[in-house]
Amino acid sequence: MKVLVPVKRVVDYNVKVRVKADGTGVETANVKMSMNPFDEIALEEAIRLREAGVASEVVAVSCGVQACQETLRTALAIGADRAILVESDAELQPLAVAKLLKAVCAKESPQLVILGKQAIDDDANQTGQMLAALLGWPQATFASKVKVGDGRAQVTREVDGGLDTISVRLPAVITTDLRLNEPRYVTLPNIMKAKKKPLETLKPDALGVDVAPRLRTLKVTEPPKRQAGVKVPDAKALVDKLRNEAKVI
Amino acid sequence: MSVYTAPLRDMRFVLNELAGLAQIATLPGYEEATPDTADAILEEASKFASEVLDPLNYSGDQEGSSWHQGEVTTPKGFRQAYGKYVAGGWGALPVAAQWGGQGLPRLIATPVEEMWCSANMSFSLCPMLTQGALHALELRGSAELQKTFLPKMASGEWTGTMNLTEPQAGSDLALLRTRAERKAEHYLISGQKIFITFGEHDYTENIVHLVLARTPDAPEGVKGISLFVVPKFLVNADGSLGARNSAHCVSIEHKLGIHASPTAVMAFDHAIGYLVGEENRGLEYMFIMMNAARFAVGLEGVSIAERAFQRALAYARDRVQGRDLAAGGKAVPIIRHPDVRRMLMLMKSQTEAMRALAYVAAAALDTAHGHPDKTVRQHTQAFVDLLIPVVKGWCTETGIEVASLGVQVHGGMGFIEETGAAQHYRDARITTIYEGTTGIQANDLVGRKIAREAGATAKALLDELRKLDTELAKSRNADIQALRASLASGVKAVSDCVDFILAHAGKDPRVAFAGAVPFLKLMGIVCGGWQMARAALISERKLAANDGDAAFYSAKIVTARFFGDHVLSQAAGLRDTVVNGSGAVMALSEEQFLAA
Repeated sequence: MKVLVPVKRVVDYNVKVRVKADGTGVETANVKMSMNPFDEIALEEAIRLREAGVASEVVAVSCGVQACQETLRTALAIGADRAILVESDAELQPLAVAKLLKAVCAKESPQLVILGKQAIDDDANQTGQMLAALLGWPQATFASKVKVGDGRAQVTREVDGGLDTISVRLPAVITTDLRLNEPRYVTLPNIMKAKKKPLETLKPDALGVDVAPRLRTLKVTEPPKRQAGVKVPDAKALVDKLRNEAKVI
Repeated sequence: MSVYTAPLRDMRFVLNELAGLAQIATLPGYEEATPDTADAILEEASKFASEVLDPLNYSGDQEGSSWHQGEVTTPKGFRQAYGKYVAGGWGALPVAAQWGGQGLPRLIATPVEEMWCSANMSFSLCPMLTQGALHALELRGSAELQKTFLPKMASGEWTGTMNLTEPQAGSDLALLRTRAERKAEHYLISGQKIFITFGEHDYTENIVHLVLARTPDAPEGVKGISLFVVPKFLVNADGSLGARNSAHCVSIEHKLGIHASPTAVMAFDHAIGYLVGEENRGLEYMFIMMNAARFAVGLEGVSIAERAFQRALAYARDRVQGRDLAAGGKAVPIIRHPDVRRMLMLMKSQTEAMRALAYVAAAALDTAHGHPDKTVRQHTQAFVDLLIPVVKGWCTETGIEVASLGVQVHGGMGFIEETGAAQHYRDARITTIYEGTTGIQANDLVGRKIAREAGATAKALLDELRKLDTELAKSRNADIQALRASLASGVKAVSDCVDFILAHAGKDPRVAFAGAVPFLKLMGIVCGGWQMARAALISERKLAANDGDAAFYSAKIVTARFFGDHVLSQAAGLRDTVVNGSGAVMALSEEQFLAA
């Protein structure tokens, strides 16, 4: 069984994100970039499936600028068998990425696509769902536990009310939540091996996908500064404020 | 508590721009060491350092290692962290492929080791000593010893130690007494060794001790010392572990710093040992490894300085105290006060200068080892030999100074353990002592590295610095011009001192040696200034070419200038100490010390 893992190159989670002076987006020049942490969890899960003998091959895919190669090299060092870069300098929105991934799926015929539930830069939480819809495959989002066997995946999902366990027929799209697993540390021998693993580059045109943005960003601003709070003398005062001022209880 | 973040930006700059990683990657055997591989390795190592080693640094210091009936327990979490280190394959980074290693150059191992040590100095010592022992066996061990021990040591499944010191034989190994009696195919080793770092621990199933001892008919002094492998557990022919050898840890020391690292007193009682190389050549073998070991300790100085700087910077940005001298108003973070800034800049500039010099030395170690041209190898080896005592002596002395400044930036809180600043200061204190004290390094520099070869390499280095001066003269940058003047006075100071040493070392070595440590310090700051000047020129070029990251490059130029005004400016004073100060050093009679 082949597993496809889309990974996104994003501003590293440790970086304090700054808005560009002209308000057109966030500053990414000379900013540390890394693999989206949710995608890292997806990749870890795929590799565990391969190690358990369930999956036979793990292919990492990234859509974006040439520098996404670095993210793919990291994916190869973590343990992906090979990688595909769909190279484009255009701004890629979730729908465009989902279309590109659909085209890659047509080429690769994976039985399972595992990706992060969202990327920490735009927090869109759309690509997995859109991809499943475009492919006409079942989707299991926000996975915190995945069991694959007999042509089906049993996925435990984190939902507001608790845990929801569903069973989907393969091929399917799974998006990962934070608690699915704890990604491994990359080993030195695997960093060295990653250099020799295949990394293929495709272009959106060759895949027949129009990646033109459908959404327009009007303005990006810093979130408003948090106002200072007030100290209440005791629990009674707190309850009073919650009841009468905030009106939440 | 501070969190360690590897200074990847500066590390990459130094690796690529100053130490010339691209050139090292052209040497035979180092083809894998490309800048993108280095990037990937540094990136992953930094995660391991910050997420696995760093969280144990403070708790390890508080808890310390403990001894009970011959067994040593390392602090909570250390054994598991070591397991992860082995699983990550990190120990094999510089080891030859033949023994299961990656065969990467010292230049790539250096920033990685800097990270381990910054994140957790105590933890880093065990891998460092394993490397040393491994290196000795690789160079001089028999094929059988290599086959038995090297693969397990390369993977980190077994660790290594160096057993040199005895109670009566510290810096002077001629006095050592541990005996080695020949018995059939092996030797029986008996004696006591002290200060054995990680001589006993709970990380691994076996420990490979390298022990210096004397055979019964050995000549007196250093020419009668042999080197032996003494494993904690004997190894059967099939590689499995056999009987427990009579090499026991009888206690561990209570120390000022590096509390998590167990410092063992080892008792050998007819323990089975295997000769490394030939009898009576043990000290010579030790000396082959000495450059690597002393370099590693010099790098500890860089590491601890970086860590102390990060801690102090975080505190200075956070601690609100006193009004801004110019703007007035409410109390501000202390980083806005000039004297706190000065301390932070002293920490930053010296740490960067030390890192640059250490990595340049690492590249030279690689070139001296792997260059195809014999003349280049010899020439570079002489340069390495000159630089090693400087890297060891200067980087460790300055490491302590920087860690002390780190305490000072914290004010009263620096004297309180909970900030962690005090730990860095205590941990740093050993680095000027082990692997040869600063005094030993300085004597080596003055005696073996300068006087013995009539100053040839030192003079070549001075020529190199004068060549750089012509480059600096072309710069239009005012900061670089100021640095140029500071560096020129530093070069003159070194030149005067070299002449002084050459004039006196033969007649009365005491005159030359009395100023050996001030001279070593002078060499350190001038070599550091040399690298900062190179860094400033490269940064000026990058800025002119609009090569991205303007903030980094402009900071580098200012930092280099600061180094000139605040550190290189000491050169003239040190020169006077060396040239004029020797008389009073030895003038008093020993009785006069008691007269007051």
